[in-house]
Amino acid sequence: MAAKRTLFEKIWQGHLVAQPAGRSPILYIDLHLVHEVTSPQAFDGLRASGRKVRQPARTVATVDHNIPTEPRGTPITDAIAAKQIAALQNNCREFAIRLFDMDSPDQGIVHVIGPELGLTQPGMTIVCGDSHTSTHGAFGALAFGIGTSEVEHVLATQCLAQQTPKTMKIDVRGRLAEGVAAKDLALGVIGQIGTDGATGHVIEYAGEAVRGLSMEGRMTLCNMSIEAGARAGMVAPDETTVAYVKGKRFAPRGDEWERSVEVWRGLPTDEGASFDKVVEIDAAQLCPFVTWGTNPGMVAPVTGRVPEVRSLKEGDRRATELALQYMGLEPGNRIEDIGIDRVFIGSCTNSRLEDLRAAARVAKGHHVNAKVRAMVVPGSQRVKQAAEREGLHQIFLDAGFEWRESGCSMCLGMNPDILQPGERCASTSNRNFEGRQGRGGRTHLVSPMMAAAAAITGHFTDIRNWKFQ
Amino acid sequence: MKPFRIHRGRVAPLDRVNVDTDQIIPKQFLKRIERTGFGQFLFYDWRLGADGKKNADFVLDKPRYQGASILVAGKNFGCGSSREHAVWALADFGFRAVISSSFADIFANNSAKNGFLAVRLSEQEVAEVMRQSRENNDYQLTIDLELCEVRDDQGFRAKFTIDEFVRHCLLNGLDDIGLTLQHEAEIAAYEARHSVPSALFSSQP
Repeated sequence: MAAKRTLFEKIWQGHLVAQPAGRSPILYIDLHLVHEVTSPQAFDGLRASGRKVRQPARTVATVDHNIPTEPRGTPITDAIAAKQIAALQNNCREFAIRLFDMDSPDQGIVHVIGPELGLTQPGMTIVCGDSHTSTHGAFGALAFGIGTSEVEHVLATQCLAQQTPKTMKIDVRGRLAEGVAAKDLALGVIGQIGTDGATGHVIEYAGEAVRGLSMEGRMTLCNMSIEAGARAGMVAPDETTVAYVKGKRFAPRGDEWERSVEVWRGLPTDEGASFDKVVEIDAAQLCPFVTWGTNPGMVAPVTGRVPEVRSLKEGDRRATELALQYMGLEPGNRIEDIGIDRVFIGSCTNSRLEDLRAAARVAKGHHVNAKVRAMVVPGSQRVKQAAEREGLHQIFLDAGFEWRESGCSMCLGMNPDILQPGERCASTSNRNFEGRQGRGGRTHLVSPMMAAAAAITGHFTDIRNWKFQ
Repeated sequence: MKPFRIHRGRVAPLDRVNVDTDQIIPKQFLKRIERTGFGQFLFYDWRLGADGKKNADFVLDKPRYQGASILVAGKNFGCGSSREHAVWALADFGFRAVISSSFADIFANNSAKNGFLAVRLSEQEVAEVMRQSRENNDYQLTIDLELCEVRDDQGFRAKFTIDEFVRHCLLNGLDDIGLTLQHEAEIAAYEARHSVPSALFSSQP
């Protein structure tokens, strides 16, 4: 009988090109996603060594990180950003790489457009010079972030020499309650295992709560895997996955589709296959979460309080003190008493149609608090168009939210969308690091529903008690 | 790539855990399209006040740590963003190695590609190096990749482990793209068995 294998092992073994003695295994890469910020030095490296892009057809580029979210056509005033965008345009032209540029109806955050265009498919190996590449694992793909030297390596060879990661199963028992989103599951996992809890591991999320998530929810969950230190996060493909991929622009068609689906059905982890580590999460213990500190593991229930520093271990105490000092909070502060100045709904974590629907449902019939500036940044042009067809933009605009063009925006503030020093933001993004959204800015990570509710009340509010209009 | 064999240098302590790459080099400096010149932006928000003036209290700007080439920091160093600019900034500033009890995976990979060593010691050993570098002026360490050992002149000695292939590349300053291309025949054979999905060709730009 064949050995029982995990989803990860099936994909890993199926992509091994060579296993040279005493060296890291060489893995074939099916899809390489490229953006403007982490690629220019890689293309320069190719030119310097006289190498070519081995598989331009397996390489897809877009601009997302540093572009403004002002109406398209507004000139880019940041000369260095403009130069970086021009570099990507030139590199894609020179090496014959498909580029979804600023003016493309398919432009968007690289981790939003890959799935929505059907580029992302189960069983694939996918890399990108961006840590949130883990998002694509939602499809049962092995997807991970790489640095610029590795971007050059993949461009030149379509392969990557990689040490074999360990495996971790996160088994989520039970179902998520009403008002508890995929984002809350992700924050709950990181709160439990820590920001380095999965370092060196590829996570497979399993269990009833995970099976019950939509593809958008699974993407949110896998997206945050890197915040637990994981190399990648994955969910086994099932009917939800197949239904999502079907008919997408780059999805297989005809006989190729039938053959692909058959292969995908063989991918889920075999019954009885073993993992290096198993973590159990009780879905009943999850609730809407809000981060209070400067990493995503510093998280509390919306009904909870900022922790008492003296209750912590010596090592954690200093980190907590520094975090609270930066965040302008005191131990014991009630989360619901924390007032906010800004709201950001967007990012590769939470900017898809389902996220915008959830936020709009909360915002409908209400108005953004007078002291709050709130912005909604759709993940892609396709998301933006779809939302507008449903009238979501009108709900947001009527409620006093800004409705902007697609891009990474204030998740990392490489474009003009940044927090001012001391401003406090409820954000659907993935990182609350110091200065992440702007120097001195204070970020609290929440789900889209929680962000919309905070925009309206001006402070964190338990979405489970919301009066939907 | 610059080989790394044995390096001796001054140690600077950064007594923080979970130092993320956003702190090592903030986003506004990632728009440059060069690989060089990032050292001036290292730990920018910690080193410089909002007014752009140097924060004299920041460890790297204290006179006794000038010229340090080894950084010692708390666990989970280099977490967060994949930006290789973090390693470029550390190296450009003059560091050759970072010592910590754990590193984020992507940071460790990026280090290895730049002749920059991420040395993993136990928490106790990291605490000891941190203490020594705070208490002794001009505390120096030798990092010996040939023996996989860190030592000082006062009798401290600690072994570390590192992936054998990564060590080989670092010791010899090897370009691993070249090494992968030695497997051209195997890559071509793999590609013959796994053709590019037709949809990717059908609508080339």
